Amino acid sequence: MNWKTWVVIPTWLALTAMPALAEKPVSRGELLANSCFSCHGYDGKAVEDATIPPLADYPASILIEQMKAFRDGERDGTMMPRHAGGYSDEEIELMGQYIGKQEE
Amino acid sequence: MSGQAIGLKRRDLLKLIAAGVAVPSAMVASGCVSTGSKTAGHIVVIGGGFGGGSAARYLKRYNPDLAVTMIEPKTSYITCPGSNWVIGGEAKMATITHDYKAVRNNGVTVVHDTVKSVDTTAKTLQLAGGKTLNYDKVVVSPGIDFKWNEIEGATPDIAAKTPHAWKAGDQTLLLRKQLQAMPEDGTFIMVAPPNPFRCPPGPYERASMVAHYMTQYKPGARLIILDQKDEFSKQALFMQGWKENYGERIQWIAKTDGGEAVGIDADKKVVRTTLGSFEGDVINYIPPQKAGQLAQDMGLADKSGFCPINQKTFASKQINDVYVIGDAAIASPMPKSAHSSTSHGKIVAANIVLEMAGEPTIAAKNVNTCYSLIAPDYGISVAAVFDMVDGEIERIEASRGISRMDATRQERRLEANYARGWYRSITDEVWG
Repeated sequence: MNWKTWVVIPTWLALTAMPALAEKPVSRGELLANSCFSCHGYDGKAVEDATIPPLADYPASILIEQMKAFRDGERDGTMMPRHAGGYSDEEIELMGQYIGKQEE
Repeated sequence: MSGQAIGLKRRDLLKLIAAGVAVPSAMVASGCVSTGSKTAGHIVVIGGGFGGGSAARYLKRYNPDLAVTMIEPKTSYITCPGSNWVIGGEAKMATITHDYKAVRNNGVTVVHDTVKSVDTTAKTLQLAGGKTLNYDKVVVSPGIDFKWNEIEGATPDIAAKTPHAWKAGDQTLLLRKQLQAMPEDGTFIMVAPPNPFRCPPGPYERASMVAHYMTQYKPGARLIILDQKDEFSKQALFMQGWKENYGERIQWIAKTDGGEAVGIDADKKVVRTTLGSFEGDVINYIPPQKAGQLAQDMGLADKSGFCPINQKTFASKQINDVYVIGDAAIASPMPKSAHSSTSHGKIVAANIVLEMAGEPTIAAKNVNTCYSLIAPDYGISVAAVFDMVDGEIERIEASRGISRMDATRQERRLEANYARGWYRSITDEVWG
């Protein structure tokens, strides 16, 4: 195959696929939650030798409750009260729902 | 459709690209970079540090159909975070060295080369190795470079004698070697840079690690910081930690108290300031800084030496379809840090993907977290979340803060542990 063929096929695919793209490629919740990954592990999953707790295995409701507790001074901590102070209820809920385990 | 396209000439295809049709332009380029069979455009990320690495990973995350090419000259990257720990003997170079295997596994094409020139009209990049790449958008994350000759005697070649060690690698090892070779009652002089510069707490963490080394191997030695400013990041915490851990070993001289350097003699190891001459056994001269040379060459920087951007999208204010992130960007009030750069990488990735999908961009919140080790079991931190208000980055006061003053040793120990954990996690995010 020459380069033209390689170009044409994906072009055709991209054009025909376009109308089907209904869902946004990245949501606000995901982008907010991605902030947590730098310390708590990519996708909130444990990293080898990590000393900062991974988040992915917690139910979303616990993450949301704890973030609010950090923010509102009901739970002490070294770092998290500062970070939590940066977010609204709505943002905390979006983040928690994205990272945490979904419940019934 | 396909029948028509087969007859298209290369020139016509380029017209299609200009019209915004999703063509994998990497494929069109001569010296073409391999991509998947289905791509939604080609993004070139220049720089494989925290900013570039994060942008590349999250571009693929948000749209796996994008072709993403990273241009990075080094085949392995040595991080500045952790390099002070190496100088103090608390970490190995291997621990702070990362290769690009995982970056490739995440779907990014990594090209170890340097950019020779950019044609922002034709949207092509020429690499020193001879390749030409077409791009739809370019993310530039070139880090910093130094402003030499700002004081008498500060020519670029003095780095071989008075290492800056402000880009990690050989300079880190050279400074460590000089520290190890100094007399037991010697003097280590650091010239700390003026604002703005990479890693605001960095010089003071370094001073801490040097002092920590001295307590073990150079009991009579001392450290003088000649500062080119009158205050610094986490100052009260550093001062408290220095006193608790090192007594009077570290002397800090503010700019207006005589710290302001006016000349350096690298051979005689003398720094002249407005106060007088300081002679040292080791001199760590950290020059004033500007955006990485590539940003200067591309015309992305302004008179300040750094790159003006739209703070919501990180789009350059100077050149269309070019984005600048990391230390090179004017993202104030965010500090120039690895964590900030990683945060920029996610936001630039999200907004590029959204824009290319015809979706509205997001006024996202940036985050910064900086840990410093004053001693191996004594950590402190600063953190903040940054809002986007009327297109400008603004610090959220309720999120801002440093570690508690007068905290217990247990709390400092916890933060020292988190400092190492932060390093593990964020380098895994970028290179893992």
